[in-house]
Amino acid sequence: MRLSNVVHLSVKELWSLWRDPVMLLLIVYVFSVNIYTAATAVPESLHNAPIAFVDHDHSQLSKRIVDAFMPPYFLTPKVISEQEVNEALDTGTYTFVITLPPDFEKRVMKGSVPDVQVNVDATRISQAFTGNGYITEILNDEVAAFVTGYKTESSYPVNLIMRARFNPALESFWFGSVMELINAVTLIAIILSGAALIREKERGTVEHLLAMPVSNADIMLSKIIATSLVVWLATLMSVYGMIECVLGVPINGDISLFMLAVILQLFAISSMGIFMATIARSMPQFGLLLILVLLPLQLLSGGTTPRESMPELIQYLMLFTPNTHFVMASQGILYRGAGLSIIYPQLLALLVIGGVFYYVALRRFKTTVGSL
Amino acid sequence: MTDRVICQELTVRYGNKLAIGNISLRIPEGKTVGFIGPDGVGKSTLLSLIAGERALQDGALEVLGGDMRQHQHRRKICTDIAYMPQGLGKNLYPTLSVEENLQFFAKLFGHGSEARRARIDTLTQRTGLFPFLSRPAGKLSGGMKQKLGLCCALIHDPKLLILDEPTTGVDPLARSQFWQLIADIRQSQPNITVLVATAYMDEAEQFEYLIAMNDGKILATGSPQALMTQTQTSDLEAAFVALLPKAMQAQHTKVVMTPMAADDSAPMAIEAKGLTMQFGDFTAVDNVSFSIRKGEIFGFLGSNGCGKSTTMKMLTGLLPQTKGEVRLLGKTLDPTDIATRYRVGYMSQSFSLYTELTVMQNLVLHARLFDVAPDERAERVEEMLTRFALTEHQDALPASLPLGLRQRLSLAVAMVHKPEVLILDEPTSGVDPVARDNFWRLLIALARNDGVTIFISTHFMNEAARCDRISLMHAGKVLVTDPPAKIIEHKQAKTLEEAFIAYLKQALPAPASVTKPHASKADGNSLSQQKHVSKPAHQYGRFSLQRLLSYAMRESLELMRDPIRLTMAFLGSMVLMVVIGYGITMDVEDLPYAVFDRDKSAISENYVNSLAGSRYFIEQPEITSYGQMDRRMKSGELSLAIEIPPDFGQKLHKGEDVEIAAWIDGSMPSRAETIEGYVEGIHVTWLLEQAAQASTTASTSYIDVQSRYLYNPDIRSLVAIVPAVIPMLLLMIPALLTSLAVVREKEMGSIINLYVTPVRKIEFLLGKQLPYIVTSFASFVLLIVMAVVLFNVPLKGDVIALGVIGLLFVTFATSFGFFASVFTNSQIAAILLTTIGTMVPAIQFAGMITPVSALEGAGKLIGEIHPVSYFLLASRGIFSKGLGFETLDFTVYAIALAIPVTLGLTVVMLKKQEH
Repeated sequence: MRLSNVVHLSVKELWSLWRDPVMLLLIVYVFSVNIYTAATAVPESLHNAPIAFVDHDHSQLSKRIVDAFMPPYFLTPKVISEQEVNEALDTGTYTFVITLPPDFEKRVMKGSVPDVQVNVDATRISQAFTGNGYITEILNDEVAAFVTGYKTESSYPVNLIMRARFNPALESFWFGSVMELINAVTLIAIILSGAALIREKERGTVEHLLAMPVSNADIMLSKIIATSLVVWLATLMSVYGMIECVLGVPINGDISLFMLAVILQLFAISSMGIFMATIARSMPQFGLLLILVLLPLQLLSGGTTPRESMPELIQYLMLFTPNTHFVMASQGILYRGAGLSIIYPQLLALLVIGGVFYYVALRRFKTTVGSL
Repeated sequence: MTDRVICQELTVRYGNKLAIGNISLRIPEGKTVGFIGPDGVGKSTLLSLIAGERALQDGALEVLGGDMRQHQHRRKICTDIAYMPQGLGKNLYPTLSVEENLQFFAKLFGHGSEARRARIDTLTQRTGLFPFLSRPAGKLSGGMKQKLGLCCALIHDPKLLILDEPTTGVDPLARSQFWQLIADIRQSQPNITVLVATAYMDEAEQFEYLIAMNDGKILATGSPQALMTQTQTSDLEAAFVALLPKAMQAQHTKVVMTPMAADDSAPMAIEAKGLTMQFGDFTAVDNVSFSIRKGEIFGFLGSNGCGKSTTMKMLTGLLPQTKGEVRLLGKTLDPTDIATRYRVGYMSQSFSLYTELTVMQNLVLHARLFDVAPDERAERVEEMLTRFALTEHQDALPASLPLGLRQRLSLAVAMVHKPEVLILDEPTSGVDPVARDNFWRLLIALARNDGVTIFISTHFMNEAARCDRISLMHAGKVLVTDPPAKIIEHKQAKTLEEAFIAYLKQALPAPASVTKPHASKADGNSLSQQKHVSKPAHQYGRFSLQRLLSYAMRESLELMRDPIRLTMAFLGSMVLMVVIGYGITMDVEDLPYAVFDRDKSAISENYVNSLAGSRYFIEQPEITSYGQMDRRMKSGELSLAIEIPPDFGQKLHKGEDVEIAAWIDGSMPSRAETIEGYVEGIHVTWLLEQAAQASTTASTSYIDVQSRYLYNPDIRSLVAIVPAVIPMLLLMIPALLTSLAVVREKEMGSIINLYVTPVRKIEFLLGKQLPYIVTSFASFVLLIVMAVVLFNVPLKGDVIALGVIGLLFVTFATSFGFFASVFTNSQIAAILLTTIGTMVPAIQFAGMITPVSALEGAGKLIGEIHPVSYFLLASRGIFSKGLGFETLDFTVYAIALAIPVTLGLTVVMLKKQEH
């Protein structure tokens, strides 16, 4: 390995990218607009839940209950007829349909505890659970307030004070924006390193390089460095420009530590990209391989749903991927303000995974490139 | 006699570079017209305009009696034009066999199956390809590829045959056979007009009419004889030089070969002993031995695919040999030894420079990689630019340069570090005579003055004649190694070419010589007779199912020839379904928490126990300090910390207000909200218990809320997730399968078949789409079976409805792939665009986790219009809710509507001509 070769080849990679305007445009898009859309689209866990009422009572109380459901948690409720219930739930128009029985108000006042039926579309798991909790609470509160004539402040002797740390208002775009950034880092790094190598294989330029005083490690490292540089800078700009400035996410943590984690992630991911390129024989094969790898990385590394809820086997398997560690480290640094002393195991894991991919890719490099 | 082609003031610019300027020309019927001239003077551009492959810019062009600007006219006459682009087998499909390639083209031109059989047999017998009908085109030698290209071009009886450097890179024997074939065709079809661009002056001499071009303009026209008379020269090469402007003439002097000093003491530079290379059971190089002295120019001749390139790769260490030994510069070649590579320059046959770097950048990069000292670098690069006359192109991108200039650049790059040994694999293929001679002067100077050893392979006999010694290679074996004069003498031939052909014929296996007489019997009038029988009956203007199916067939064959890709498509979606289906769960469970109990009273312990009993939480060791709590929460070890204040029990006893603090990790908001709910519930339950014990019973509840979880009573995540994973997979994988379908043809060059054959854009797209729809639908069925059998997700609804909606959806998904493919210019960009365009909507905006109605902003808009949202609704509806068409009809319409919209956009953006 020679440093000067690596530098010159890296510069060549950067020129290659510079001359592909569509790629540049897509990279900019992924690190800006895409993060913005994804972060702002996904709301707090219960948001705008579509809800409808079947009101058999038409009393003051039933109207009061319907009015109590409002945005942002619920969409303004619609009152529908009994006949419409099934179709509305079937087509997914509403997640919740609440039926208030006849003589509801009268029976409440008599103290005969009437039934209120809440139909929940349980295929929408994310809303079903939380939403049902909210609904029960609102129903109870409203009825109690109606009965006692004013809204009751709960006056238990023991108060539970709940504080969400790191994100007090539980704003989901804080979370969404950084997770989308992580996805962007992964996607672009794999494509830039892996697909670029496949392109060189298909055009025969790698073979040409191999006939020169350039080692396999030079070629691989130059790809990793060029890719990392581009993605690292894009990440930096995205963190300050998009996440902090445009989206207004307050970053508690040490950004320089995060950017260090990004470097390690880039090393691991671009090594993985090159490893994939030594497996795929052509661009169409690489494209499929990319999807097979990207989907689990995005969905199962803890950025979409919490890791601890996954089956143990999956949790265990996902520990072998860089993304899992990177997501853990990023959440720690950016949200919880964790320092190096806390997240060093994740950084080490990234280094080890990257090292293994690099080593295997290097060993496969010559045999697969030469056999074309 | 009518004029077949009339050009008036044709001008084409690439960017601000003039390719051809103001050309006016008439070409009469039934002639063979040669276009000669250096590289990059506009020959190819002019031919591609006439073929209708490239869109006109300025000027007027009439071909076969109509205006080429008219879309209608181009469509009408494209069956009368046959076009063979530059580059070996550029418009052929390498994984398809000879037969399949021919069938594909024959179907595009609308022949019936009997006519196709007859034509393919006749053509392949005449060209000697008949025995190789089942061989993949990619495995043919260069000469055979060109013959196949010609067969494909002749399959539809063209009136105008356009050949762009058809014999470049083809060995002499194949070359002579090729021209014999053209002569036969002209004899049987006297009306055919043939336009040829060529770099071989000996070929040009055979043509009836020549057009000499330079710098985008026509220098002279006339018969070869007329040109020679006009310039008072005795051969065409000299005539051409005389036609050039004075400045260019000055560059050109005859190449003088100084023989090598007869010095046997010169050390050996390259020695090969018993070199053998085997790929599987195919022996590419068989026991080849030779030794080359320092300063010698050693030529390597042989038909394409005979093992020349493989031998050269073994000499550079790129390919480790199966058997034998290579000694380079006195040392046994060690592929891992980098030091020897500084002393060798290698130029591979395929152009392998970086098309994204300018000429200058390519040279500088290589100078740096070869460690040219920094102070010499600029000078050296300058020297190379001047030597190879690249100075005026130094800032151009190689892709914009003609083949010949690119080859010069390749050579400049191989020599930038002044190597002791140069290994050049067909460096002059496609380079014009003037440039070739300049190049050879350089080589001779290098060898004679600087003692550089040169190992070169070539197809040009005049170049071979300049070598000190040459080797003839055939089918992996060296036939003879000797000085050129001796070889001629030995075969008692007049020229080296004759001697070479004699050696080849001698080495050829018997069957080939049997087919020849048979082939000549088949010519004569047979083709033209058939013409009347089998002239395709149907109208070219209309939509043709046959052409569509022809593309479908071709695409399926290609797909089947890549079993890895096919397996990945099927197996991949199944693996993903398992991993994601099990992996994504919305049940928030097993949350790690710890208690910071600063009271340690009986009642605080009681509170702690109520939490420990919950199935949602897993207790971790107790927290002992604020610092520890902070650290453990920061590391993500704890999702929840409960702090019970000191004097909790005492105060409670006294009836004072006490506060318990619950610290929740808010870094993942959705999880935090769920935790809040759990904690609240446990807290209230505890309070009620306490209250009950204190016997101050006060049921605060006035109503009884009964929740019914519909469709998924156990609230199993799998039931919700699996029907949502299917749409995601069916969007991403089919789209990715098709995303390279067009852009790959653009990169490989076979997109030309769309430009010059009668196929319509919509036939081209739908035809290519068909096999992917079938594949994706099969994969869809597999996924459904898996969902039901493996995951036990009940399929309650209308299976037919699910099938119909699934079929529509994969049609949409594959259409989207085509859209990405047409929109981009490189395969990488197409992959990236498809990934972004499918993954983001499928995961985030389609309602897989968060329902569309709950989304906001642009994400909501995407979710509302994207078909994947509708497919998700349908999939969940049919799987879990037991629905059918009557309730899901709106999803059918939404998805069905998206297909023509996407395909329509694709058709609009796909061009039927090159621009």
